[in-house]
Amino acid sequence: MSLPVSEPQPKSHESLLWNLGVAAVAVLWWLIYKQLSPLAEWLVSLLPVERSSHTGEALAFFFYDVPKVMMLLTGVVFAMGVVRSFFSPEKTRAFLSGKREGAGNVLASCLGVLTPFCSCSAVPLFIGFVSAGIPLGVTFSFLIAAPMVNEVALALLVGLVGWKVALTYLGFGLGVAIVAGWIIGKLRLEGWLQDWVRDIHSGATTVEAIEGDHLTLAERYRLGIEAVREIFAKVWLWIVLGIAAGALIHGYVPENLMAEIMGADAWWSVPAAVVMGIPMYTNAAGVIPIVEALLGKGAALGTVLAFMMSVIALSMPEMLILRQVLTLRLIAVFIGVVASGILAVGYLFNLLF
Amino acid sequence: MKDIKVYGPGCKRCETTEAMVKEAAQKLGVDVSVEKVTDPRAIAMAGVMSTPGISIDGKLVHSGGLPDGKKLEGWLAG
Repeated sequence: MSLPVSEPQPKSHESLLWNLGVAAVAVLWWLIYKQLSPLAEWLVSLLPVERSSHTGEALAFFFYDVPKVMMLLTGVVFAMGVVRSFFSPEKTRAFLSGKREGAGNVLASCLGVLTPFCSCSAVPLFIGFVSAGIPLGVTFSFLIAAPMVNEVALALLVGLVGWKVALTYLGFGLGVAIVAGWIIGKLRLEGWLQDWVRDIHSGATTVEAIEGDHLTLAERYRLGIEAVREIFAKVWLWIVLGIAAGALIHGYVPENLMAEIMGADAWWSVPAAVVMGIPMYTNAAGVIPIVEALLGKGAALGTVLAFMMSVIALSMPEMLILRQVLTLRLIAVFIGVVASGILAVGYLFNLLF
Repeated sequence: MKDIKVYGPGCKRCETTEAMVKEAAQKLGVDVSVEKVTDPRAIAMAGVMSTPGISIDGKLVHSGGLPDGKKLEGWLAG
């Protein structure tokens, strides 16, 4: 699409301002971020509690983690918001529609991370994919990866548990999405969709031509800011509650209690963690502070990761949404395959680390 | 009279979008009828893959996220 070429002057000026502004904020962000630990210690020292007491430990944890997590979240969500402005479900669909299974599963999982997605549009997206001839298994790879490997989870993991665990989560999350989608594809379950879904042929979208690529840099930054606002409105309470729960565990739960219940030696702990995670519905923001605290008390990494993946990837509300397009049998297979994948990740981890 | 449809299963953003459309139409003095489409089948049939979506007189102009206020006025005026 060609635009009139007469007015790029003010536009590039605006872009420059935005770039400078974003760079300045990033520097400021980094300076503040470096000072969070002394700040938390100072806050605790103002309060009439002993620093080394249970309460002191819990408070220090809380005062340090809340601002840290909020700042990390702001940074990562903003960056992802800008990156995602280059992707859209329509483009992803067009890109995936010619792909075979196998490579298609890999691509779909990666695009699931990068494409803007909200679970409330899971159904139209599902139908859009399937009706465009994208194989069911490839569609599932996308639908598993999109909620499981999200920027909120990654930001929190980096901040609370460390970048190595975050990278591992990213890798294994993608792995589960790829393999589970591939298996579902191999099972040839197209017949288990709801009848009306199979008959539908949604028209190729025209939006792409309209919205297209011609967003200015400033508009992309604005989308990033919009994403930050939206995510914060959704998750801030979860984060505070999650960190409060984590702080209590951190301060009061005796050392090594978790090692017995959730340690690597307890073979049943991985399946128990997965089963417990399915009905639990909180998002990454609520579960990760708890994960951090559990790890600190000796819980095995694999068990904790399995719990986390299960909570995030297999949630009841999402199943209810998908129920509109999938038969119960297909949902059961979906849960079974994904849960097995998560189990495998849990055991593998406990074995390796 | 412009026939406008807002596609969305009923999440908060979809409701906000509907309100934005009505507000913009009132501001511009454009005569519109706004219909909210919540049935997933109908949403998919319209070719909307990410909600909320907006169509004006049967033509899809927007999908995914809140519309930009200025663009919205542009579509309504055009």
